[in-house]
Amino acid sequence: MRIKLQKSLAPNLVSQTLIPIVAILASLFFCAIFFVLTGRDPVEVYSAMFLGALGSEYGISETFVKMIPLALCGLGIAVAFRMHLWNIGAEGQFYMGACAATWIPLSFPNLPFMLMIPTMIIMGALGGGLWGLLAGWFKTKWQVDEIISTLMMNYIGILWVDFLVYGAWRDPNGKNFPLTAAFPQSAMLPTFGSLRVHYGIFFVLLIAAVLWIIFKKSKWGYETLVIGSNPVAARYAGINIKSNVLLTMFISGALCGIAGMVEVSVVVGKLQPGISPGYGYTAIIVAWLARLHPIAIIGVAFLFAIIHVGGFMLQTMGMPSATATMLQGAMLFFVVGSEILTKYEIKFTSSKEGEKNE
Amino acid sequence: MNETLLISILAASITAGTPILFAALGELITERAGITNLGVDGMMLVGAATGFMASVTFHSPWLGVGVALFAGALMALIHAYLTITLRANQVVSGLALALFGSGLSSYLGKAYVGMRPEQTFEKLPIPFLSKIPIIGPVLFKQDALVYLSYALVLLAAFYLYKTRAGLFLRALGENPAALDAVGINVFGLRYIYVVIGGALAGLGGAYLSLAYAPCWLENMTAGRGWIAVALVIFALWDPWRALAGSYLFGGIDALGFHLQVLGIPVSIFILNMLPYIFTILVLILVLIKRGGRLAAPQSLGVPYDREER
Repeated sequence: MRIKLQKSLAPNLVSQTLIPIVAILASLFFCAIFFVLTGRDPVEVYSAMFLGALGSEYGISETFVKMIPLALCGLGIAVAFRMHLWNIGAEGQFYMGACAATWIPLSFPNLPFMLMIPTMIIMGALGGGLWGLLAGWFKTKWQVDEIISTLMMNYIGILWVDFLVYGAWRDPNGKNFPLTAAFPQSAMLPTFGSLRVHYGIFFVLLIAAVLWIIFKKSKWGYETLVIGSNPVAARYAGINIKSNVLLTMFISGALCGIAGMVEVSVVVGKLQPGISPGYGYTAIIVAWLARLHPIAIIGVAFLFAIIHVGGFMLQTMGMPSATATMLQGAMLFFVVGSEILTKYEIKFTSSKEGEKNE
Repeated sequence: MNETLLISILAASITAGTPILFAALGELITERAGITNLGVDGMMLVGAATGFMASVTFHSPWLGVGVALFAGALMALIHAYLTITLRANQVVSGLALALFGSGLSSYLGKAYVGMRPEQTFEKLPIPFLSKIPIIGPVLFKQDALVYLSYALVLLAAFYLYKTRAGLFLRALGENPAALDAVGINVFGLRYIYVVIGGALAGLGGAYLSLAYAPCWLENMTAGRGWIAVALVIFALWDPWRALAGSYLFGGIDALGFHLQVLGIPVSIFILNMLPYIFTILVLILVLIKRGGRLAAPQSLGVPYDREER
């Protein structure tokens, strides 16, 4: 008897959902070994994270607060990744969206709520969208690798926000802190009662539903999928790749920009440095783990929000909150590594037959 | 601009460019072997953190360098296993490595933030050579690791273009099936080069924490690993061009610092943007010059699968 991996012809739904779950459990186990080696009790670490995120009303609310930007950026990233357009500039698009949206309450503080919020959303989408579009334009015009350009533009976008809040946009009454003036009430999305969790969650649900329909039903959704999996076939089918790259980068960036708008509008209530603790990067993992499926992204974003909020709890144990980043990176390793298993099935063959097949 | 200032800017360009040079050389070798590893920044960070920790604990910067090389190699081994053996998506695996490295280095290095090492790499002027006007103080009044980087560029260029093993390395990225057909172990060789690439990224990180800074800070690479990835592309996978590119970036770093010292009123944030803007610009210029074709290794990013030969 020997065990042999054989290519399976049709993807198997059970293995496609089961294998990622096993991979995530395996990554938790891997990190547990690492915690033991560095002198920590993994049970204590994980239970602190779990209770921190889900053990209280405050924790649950915080978990939803973190889920919202992760899901919005993850959805934006999924739009681009589906056509193998590696937009890893969500972080920069988030900052540019936040920055563009901030311009509205700073310049027109007296707008009523019903006018303020929609213009801020549009500005957020434009800020992030144009930032993404620029990278798309570099790609279509000069074949600049979008991985490099979007990544470089992350740093530029973050520094641009620093430049504004340390300079022209600094609140004159802010005791010299690098912050803009606090937004008027009319520029803030409502929250649920006294909790911090806010109406941004409706954005997540709405955008995920729309994308799900687009991906599944629309011609454009299908075209982008074809471009991603087989650009040659796409070209023969007469699909305009250039305009699709531009459109996709704009939409992808716009969704990340809306995430930035939501964050400054309600969670922070002003523009300041460090509005994102790396949501744009974590969202890449979220999108990939969810296999770019819009509804699954919401679920994975919630899981990662638990890890994120739990990560803050670890600081009380003297561990850096970046421990959460490490866990998330490890999860991606295991899921990426296990992907081959979904393409294969395990066959038990007699040893003679096994050798013949090689 | 007077001569002393010019020399000091040029010398600072070399120092600032060296961590990028180590990392870019590593990525160059990795990509020549046909594997893209986007995790350079993560490997640099782990190299910087572990190198610093070892150096402080054992009072030996050279031991720190050794540990950083080893840590970078281990990180790259994960990528090699995922992309070569399991044929995983190289882009995503590399991104995972970058994130994992950023988290891991923060986790490991937390207790060491703000420490000053007792011993670092000091400037070691080379006798005679350092007395040459301008070139001497710029090139030969550096620390030992900078001299090591000169040697590595020479070695890499010689190996790549003049040796039989180097020919195989180039073929590995161009046409692995041909190598396989003549009985060369494609998988094994790719493993070796990916691991070497990781060790060099770790060394680049160690240069930051042991010679350039010298200290450990969370995410202290500030994206230098990503700049190294871009650099390999517009260096067209050539060690000498990578050397020139690294010093150009070092120069932008150094220039920003000197402008501030001279009291020229430019915002620090705009100055800090320059390397990133410059990366995109240079990439565009090279692409325009080359008509959009970069002559990347043909099989770069394509997992080698015997079943699909």
